[in-house]
Amino acid sequence: MQILPILSAMRRNKVGAVLIALQIAVTLAILCNGLFIVQQRLALSHRPSGMVETDLFAIDNEWIGDPTDVSSRIRADLAALRALPGVVDAANTDQYPLTNSGWSEGIDLKADQQTRSAFMSLYMGDEHLIDTLGLRLVAGRNFEPSEILDRGSTDRVQPATIIVTRALADKLFPDGSALGRSIYVEGGKQPTQIVGIVERLQTPWTGTGGWQEKYFEFSVIEPYQFVDTGSWYLVRTKPGQLAAVMQSASKRLLELDRNRLLQKIEPVTDTRVSAYRDDRGLAVILAVVCAALVGVTACGIVGLTSYWVSQRRRQIGIRRALGATRGAILRYFQTENLLIATAGALVGIGLAIAVNLWMVTSFAMPRLSPVWAVLGALLVLVLGQLAVLWPALRAASVPPALATRSA
Amino acid sequence: MYRYYFSLALRSLRRNAVLSALMIAAIGVGIGASMTALTVFRAMSGDPIPAKSRQLFTPQIQIRGPNHPDSESEDGLPTAVSYSDAMAWMRARAATRQTATYATWLSVRPPDPKQKPLKTVVRVAYHDFFSMFTVPFKFGAPWTQADDDNRAAVVVLTRGVNDQLFGGVNSVGKTLRLDNETYTVVGVLNDWLPIPRFYDLQMVPFGESDRLLIPFTRAIDREMAVDGSTSCYDESGASFADMLKSNCIWLQFWVELPTPADVAKYRLYLGNYAAEQQRSGRFAWLPRTQLRDVREWLAYRHVVPNEVSLLLLLSFGFLMVCLLNAAGLLLAKLMSRAGDIGVRRALGAPRSAIFAQCLIETATIGLAGGVLGLTLTGLGLLAARSLLDADFVALTHLDWADVGIALGLAVAATLLAGLYPTWRAARVQPAWQLKAS
Repeated sequence: MQILPILSAMRRNKVGAVLIALQIAVTLAILCNGLFIVQQRLALSHRPSGMVETDLFAIDNEWIGDPTDVSSRIRADLAALRALPGVVDAANTDQYPLTNSGWSEGIDLKADQQTRSAFMSLYMGDEHLIDTLGLRLVAGRNFEPSEILDRGSTDRVQPATIIVTRALADKLFPDGSALGRSIYVEGGKQPTQIVGIVERLQTPWTGTGGWQEKYFEFSVIEPYQFVDTGSWYLVRTKPGQLAAVMQSASKRLLELDRNRLLQKIEPVTDTRVSAYRDDRGLAVILAVVCAALVGVTACGIVGLTSYWVSQRRRQIGIRRALGATRGAILRYFQTENLLIATAGALVGIGLAIAVNLWMVTSFAMPRLSPVWAVLGALLVLVLGQLAVLWPALRAASVPPALATRSA
Repeated sequence: MYRYYFSLALRSLRRNAVLSALMIAAIGVGIGASMTALTVFRAMSGDPIPAKSRQLFTPQIQIRGPNHPDSESEDGLPTAVSYSDAMAWMRARAATRQTATYATWLSVRPPDPKQKPLKTVVRVAYHDFFSMFTVPFKFGAPWTQADDDNRAAVVVLTRGVNDQLFGGVNSVGKTLRLDNETYTVVGVLNDWLPIPRFYDLQMVPFGESDRLLIPFTRAIDREMAVDGSTSCYDESGASFADMLKSNCIWLQFWVELPTPADVAKYRLYLGNYAAEQQRSGRFAWLPRTQLRDVREWLAYRHVVPNEVSLLLLLSFGFLMVCLLNAAGLLLAKLMSRAGDIGVRRALGAPRSAIFAQCLIETATIGLAGGVLGLTLTGLGLLAARSLLDADFVALTHLDWADVGIALGLAVAATLLAGLYPTWRAARVQPAWQLKAS
């Protein structure tokens, strides 16, 4: 294929060629970054929380009118919940993953430390919490019933024992010696002993960027029964009995005491959906925008190439009359498009990286891997070839006899 | 003449129906995408209190040593204040008006025993809150200085709660049970929903949340816990009273300073206050202080989520692609009519007439694209509402300003895209075209 005649023809249509190339460049820049964000957000929303989320639901139990014996009421509720048919286990806690609302505190390796060694999210629960959530204890032991004390939301106390996540254990003791070691939590002076390590337990926050992502698995469980005006009851059911138990549980709780409000009863799978709703929404919107973008660019190529073809019908006829095959005409337009699209793609790769760098600095986004830019470039080249096919086929079907007629 | 050009434009649109449809669709889609993003962005980044946003300020003080900057703010200053600082500032009355505020949860027992009890977010503030933030009243009035001083059991309802609990009638003077105590209703608000909720960004800044308002002094007296974050830098003791004495930060504080002179005076006051705190031995360092107005505060706290700015950016890139596309197609469309133009030029039409005619044709396409774009924006907002968190976008709707922006943007952008093709068309040489055909 001869490229020189194509280039000289293009010189006569500079503006049209430049417009298509620019369009391809901007399309590529948006496509790369858009699809990169889509991929990231979807990956984010699939991070495991550490819980076994099926057959688990949460009840937001709020006491009405500040009753005095909340501690014994909660214990009675838990006993009743655990006795319900279809219930595997139940626990009371101050927070649970995926809710984006919770309690965070500092951890120190020494008493009287000025700068915190780490920050962690504080889960409170009795010896049933690990089984209820379905966490995997990878070292040490669970709490004993005798270790469990009451604690309200304004109490500033430090526990004697604590269970931490593996991520936090590795952060505090990189040599792997966390089990049995003492730490100081919540700025206190009393040492707290690590008695167990769970494989994974997310903090309640699911946001991207900043501390939310950095401290993502830095959680601890303290041996407290959370006694406050409101708390979460988590209930694990036998497989397939979730809906039935959700009904019987709320009925049973209201039978026990009407002085309460069951503000929310929700399967944990629903909590996950609402936690990542914005991430998924953003992914869907971006995917739609990218698809529309591809459509618009393809239409633009079809439109402009069709115009070129109709402008050059006579010249095409003459080439055909002089012996050019249909294939040669087809390849002419395909090559022309390839040249323009390649120029556009090269500019586009630069633009894509520039846009990404700007997002890295202003939105704390991760860096775009060059693989994405190259994949995007290939995508727009294929797109160009597909879009040019129809007008090019029309050009190829121009009859040689056209050359003999006056226009 | 322009009417004639307009009818020519319509005729030309019909003649190249496919090309015209492609152009209108491209502009419409581009306008639809960018307007959807822009509407959401405008709603979230708007000024919540335009009349007073330059007169309302929130002070900050560096309560923790210079080596321990707050990780959440760019200048390391804490974004909330402690009870002791807030009380010192309330007592000093160095501003025209001032209030400390926080949110708490209370259970409400409806007057109608058939209604279920509810728990709701309660705003806790001083009586200045209402006049500072120009909160509109439907019935009654704010509580008074005396109520603040006496820790009075009074409550102001939002319109929604009044509708829910009292069927919307004037409930001033009636009573309400909150956490087993009886409160007297002194006022009912009219619709009031600053977006974003600038005065307490500890809470989700968009959507409804505060439903009742009670005096700050009352809430402290009854030890009502904050619904939001409490950051404690040192050991604060076990009880609520200990927490009040501590350096835990959990309150928002706002002052009203009508003139620049008041602002300068208040800055001076804050500086002196900080120096005095250092002298008294509370801090080993001279605490930095800062005073930001509403707009500065919203920018400083990054209220508009990154996602929204990101979408705005990408959608305007998308609009650019659509316009490049339209420019290419317009070029094709106008140049394919070079013959007609040549005839008109030969019959005596000046270049300016050709230019005007092509420009009107371009503007017509832009207008049609704008109308399509508006429809798509409506659909886009509906989609955004169902895909994103309701609080995010529930309050975004198309107003007349948006309609104007969309149509104006569509026409202006299309004219811009059509400028070069139009110029080319106007330079058609009549003789060439006549010869060629």
